[in-house]
Amino acid sequence: MSVSISLRHRLADFTLDVAFDAPSGVTVLFGPSGSGKSTVLNAVAGLLRPDAGKVAVGGTVLTDTAQRLFVPPHRRRLGVIFQDGRLFPHLSVRQNLRYGRWFSPASARRTPESAVVEMLGIGALLDRAPATLSGGERQRVAIGRALLADPRLILADEPLSALDDDRKGEILPYLERLRDEWGVPMLYVSHSPAEVARIATTVVMLDAGRITRIGPAAEVLADPATAGPGREAGAVIEAQVIRHHDDGVTELAAGGLPLFLPTIGAAPGARLRLRIAAPDVMLARGRPTEISALNILPGTVESLTEQGGQVLVRLSTPAGPVLSRITRRSAAQLGVAPGEALTAVVKSVSHAPADVGRAHR
Amino acid sequence: MPDWLSPAEWDALRLSLRVAFWATLVSLPPALLVAHALARWRFPGHGLLNGLVHLPLVLPPVVTGYVLLLTLGRRGFVGQYLDQWFGIVFAFRWTGAVVAAAVMAFPLMVRAIRLSVEAVDPKLEQAAGSLGASRPWVWATVTLPLILPGVIAGAILAFAKAMGEFGATITFVSNIPGETQTLPSAIYSFLQVPGGEGAAARLALVSVAVAMTALVASEFLARRAARRVHGR
Repeated sequence: MSVSISLRHRLADFTLDVAFDAPSGVTVLFGPSGSGKSTVLNAVAGLLRPDAGKVAVGGTVLTDTAQRLFVPPHRRRLGVIFQDGRLFPHLSVRQNLRYGRWFSPASARRTPESAVVEMLGIGALLDRAPATLSGGERQRVAIGRALLADPRLILADEPLSALDDDRKGEILPYLERLRDEWGVPMLYVSHSPAEVARIATTVVMLDAGRITRIGPAAEVLADPATAGPGREAGAVIEAQVIRHHDDGVTELAAGGLPLFLPTIGAAPGARLRLRIAAPDVMLARGRPTEISALNILPGTVESLTEQGGQVLVRLSTPAGPVLSRITRRSAAQLGVAPGEALTAVVKSVSHAPADVGRAHR
Repeated sequence: MPDWLSPAEWDALRLSLRVAFWATLVSLPPALLVAHALARWRFPGHGLLNGLVHLPLVLPPVVTGYVLLLTLGRRGFVGQYLDQWFGIVFAFRWTGAVVAAAVMAFPLMVRAIRLSVEAVDPKLEQAAGSLGASRPWVWATVTLPLILPGVIAGAILAFAKAMGEFGATITFVSNIPGETQTLPSAIYSFLQVPGGEGAAARLALVSVAVAMTALVASEFLARRAARRVHGR
């Protein structure tokens, strides 16, 4: 099922003008706040009538200004996961989960409630009131509520931004399972590169109402031209868990190269996505020996991009492209130039838990 | 019938309860509508409606009763047609007392409901819409349960106000024993005749008891509804 969106809408500061097709999987609308990503989501949800445009989900046209067609929000059959959860305070968790079911046509009810409850681990919460739940629990229930309405498309409006880092780590695996096991396409608004790296299949980058870049997540994130500042820049590589060692490291393999992370809770054979933040990557000439860092990735320099007085180097390695941020002085001393053979060095402990997620099948 | 109240006093109590009950019931739907309009909708005449609703609160009740007489009286400019076309007469009937009490209690009810409507987060209603609920369903399943404590508080406040309404009632429908003589009118009448102090005192005690019961009941119901709304 694919989603096709073209919109033009005048906002306070700029005119939103976007057109893109979202394939199946998770399409993340990514950009700084005020770039128009929530406006796109609201237009799809039917909470906003665009000045001009067309929105179609899996062949069903929901908005078409040329045809004067506008399906009201409650007939769009979309599941919205809001930033603030928005659980109904007067209903129990169970009643919240079933709310959408009261209104969905019987023929569309295919999602079994028990499977959703089990997937989200909310079986023990069913009789509780939303006011007694933690922020993470509340957001899990909100995901379940959207899913049980049997939506054509799930819209997620920065569903993690109200949570602290621990809670984010708690929710992300559920969003990954949603992507991998339920096959419901999702449009996901975010301004966090870590979230994009974890769950995006496709990334649509927005800035001031325009699309600056669109493509598969790994490609967009490894593009120095659109990389963000500081730790926001970072490529994603896919790796498979090989084994867990007794001394507290997990060995993975990516493109035939061994990688080592502090022990992670994934079974051998599992395919993972690792986000490697650009400031965490050191560059060396030749293969460094007698160094504490465990991850050594030989590669070839593809490009150098000046960014804020520093240099963002894109290195092509057997594990995939890697971004490294170094100073101009380092780049000059090492003689970094396109075509040079260099080695990327990454400390094992550099990875934040939120940077390790499972790979999209 | 216990004999600590005379038949005339019982009549007054029964009539007052009946008038207050109906006044509360008939003003509830328009109060919900007006409260929503004032809390949520922006339209020309918003301020005018607000003023109109609150007018009985600040006008001398006698003036409100006089206005009712001019409009809904038998020769009033609305009342004469109600009489001619539908045979509906309010003047000097207990139904007229209901109208007077309802008009006087209306602002109190609207205020209570309006406050609770303003406290409802429209984002919750938006969420309900996104889950497939049409506007009427959103109102019935989300808005109404959330404003229920305010509705109950407003209704009971209106009931108590209707029980005690005197000025507008006596001006509009007079003070006819058994027909329009409510508790306050009866107390007033007993105080006008020598030897009526005992009856007046008994009815005054009854008034206090009814008012207290109403307040306690409203507190209890509102608390229960609030617990339901905000989680156990």
